[in-house]
Amino acid sequence: MKLRLLAAALAATVVLPLGVANATDLEVTHWWTSGGEAAAVAELAKAFDATGNKWVDGAIAGSGGTARPIMISRITGGDPMGATQFNHGRQAEELVQSGLMRDLTDVATKENWKDIIKPSSLLDSCTIDGKIYCAPVNIHSWQWLWLSNAAFEKAGVAVPKNWDEFVAAAPALEKAGIVPLAVGGQPWQSAGAFDVLMVAIAGKDTFNKVFGDKDEEVAAGPEIAKVFKAADDARKMSKGSNVQDWNQATNLVITGKAGGQIMGDWAQGEFALANQVAGKDYTCLPGLGVNEIISTGGDAFYFPLLKDEEKSKAQEVLASTLLAPATQVAFNLKKGSLPVRGDVDLAAANDCMKKGLEILAKGNVIQGTDQLLSADSQKQKEDLFSEFFANPSITPEDAQKRFAEIIASAD
Amino acid sequence: MAGHAKTGRPNQLFRNLNAKIASIPMILTAVVIFFGGTLWTVVYSFTNSKLLPRLNFVGFDQYERLWDAPRWVISIQNLAIYGFFSLIFSLVIGFLLAALMDQKIRFENTFRTIFLYPFALSFIVTGLVWQWILNPEFGVQSVVRSLGWTSFTFDPLYTPSIVIYGILIAALWQGTGLVMCLMLAGLRGIDEDIWKAARVDGIPTWKTYLLIIIPMMRPVFITTLVIIASGIVKVYDLVVAQTSGGPGIASEVPAKYVYDYMFQAQNLGQGFAASTMMLITVAIIIVPWAYLEFGGGRKRV
Repeated sequence: MKLRLLAAALAATVVLPLGVANATDLEVTHWWTSGGEAAAVAELAKAFDATGNKWVDGAIAGSGGTARPIMISRITGGDPMGATQFNHGRQAEELVQSGLMRDLTDVATKENWKDIIKPSSLLDSCTIDGKIYCAPVNIHSWQWLWLSNAAFEKAGVAVPKNWDEFVAAAPALEKAGIVPLAVGGQPWQSAGAFDVLMVAIAGKDTFNKVFGDKDEEVAAGPEIAKVFKAADDARKMSKGSNVQDWNQATNLVITGKAGGQIMGDWAQGEFALANQVAGKDYTCLPGLGVNEIISTGGDAFYFPLLKDEEKSKAQEVLASTLLAPATQVAFNLKKGSLPVRGDVDLAAANDCMKKGLEILAKGNVIQGTDQLLSADSQKQKEDLFSEFFANPSITPEDAQKRFAEIIASAD
Repeated sequence: MAGHAKTGRPNQLFRNLNAKIASIPMILTAVVIFFGGTLWTVVYSFTNSKLLPRLNFVGFDQYERLWDAPRWVISIQNLAIYGFFSLIFSLVIGFLLAALMDQKIRFENTFRTIFLYPFALSFIVTGLVWQWILNPEFGVQSVVRSLGWTSFTFDPLYTPSIVIYGILIAALWQGTGLVMCLMLAGLRGIDEDIWKAARVDGIPTWKTYLLIIIPMMRPVFITTLVIIASGIVKVYDLVVAQTSGGPGIASEVPAKYVYDYMFQAQNLGQGFAASTMMLITVAIIIVPWAYLEFGGGRKRV
């Protein structure tokens, strides 16, 4: 009995402070922890605090692969946060289907999201059964080749203008003791690089057929065989990278130890942090200089269903703050990503970002693989490509066969 | 409750009632959490649950996919190699260290502390330390090269075919100290008179160890075996810290497959199928052994 009383008393002391706390505190979880990313999040927090509410930062270190399981178990385990980042697409699909996420349609219609969000596929990815469940905040594209001008100068060859020239320049780079292509050991990097090669070499239609329609025959066909051939080149060129994290690989390019890297536009933040200037110290080739197409994946905020009414109101405020023009500009400049609204002015953007904005304006866009494939298929793909890139004994033909099987079983 | 007491022979069920009541929480924990959780996992491994558990049975589909996945097969091979060598080496090295320690050497306390110290480090720290030591650009390879052997190559963590041995080295470094301590305790438990008797009979020391002391240390060996074996099956954090399964998927282990597919791939069914396979593997080893060890116990004593 005594024990129970004691326990109750203890529990009370723990619960009380939480109950008294300001009801408009909103905890927001995300995995933006690197230097540039943290600065970008601070912009969001500043904008939200300005509305009279309080942003409680719940940063989870270790990138999305580590953070998402924590977020999901908090939501399914009955301890939801106020809002959380996901890559928009299918990562939160089941959470929405089982009614754990909040419907934002009211806010979206009031603020006219349908008209302001460009490209509209971003909002489509937030829409399930006609209702809108997330607020997109930025566009990240994968299709970039970053080249170190210093490395090519050292090797005595001109900086390539497209993928084929890059492959041709590889022997000269190797002779100069430079790793031609930096690929980190994290599985998503090699899988992502393959997707980029696919858009560049096989084109937009094939990409959509394979990942959009999950067409197994195309995946096993001659177009994709060409992509695997290129991936084989990339594998040979990446030998000796010996790094794990993507930013370590980017650092090889920055320091001129590697010729180039296939990486999304978030790599730009690293170049900026190292005080490098686009065009002078490094060169960026969207779509590998072959097919200037960018994917429009990115980040979005989802809002778990909360019982507390005050907090639910604060969620609405946060959702509209995230999409406000001023927030969009401040956030995306720091993050190095593109804004989700077509009507904001990004005069301060650098050369590479401007290239991206131009392509976006032309409408040469595809959906990101996170939007098209389930997390399960993505993981299988990662397993395949991390093995392919690390193990030269797997032939491109074998890998393609396994790739086609993954596409066949994808849902 | 006392009203239930019957006349005549007291009911077996109510003997030591206090002790039985006191153990109810533990029994409940064991039954509900361990047994219940295990059963739940096995049942759901036959469903196509994705992010959330759903009772939509698909038969053995998850298992078929599991055994078709190259990554799972590699994981099993790695676990077999790692398990075999880590069992043998930690027992042999641990016992040898303990036997040397038992020679009434000076500074025994100091040595014991040094050998046991790695065990005080977590697998994460161990993994990171060895990641640096085995890194070709900063670790052993570069040290040896800077001494003059410029063609010396030793980079297990970046060579798919031998990466698992790189992990094995780290695991042995961390774990043998504990094995040594257990063995030393066993050796100290041997009566001094046995040594004297063996000496009187003119039996060489190595033979005394092999034929007399080791058989007498059977209980210690079994305890050690269980500790090592459970460490082998659950190896996960060491791999994550040292190689994160790389290069490629060359150093993947089953526990990592389970975690990755349950949480990263959002495919609970696949993760459950993999963990059920792990359970079966353990059961195949443990059940016959436990049966021999405890089942026949009453007869032997």
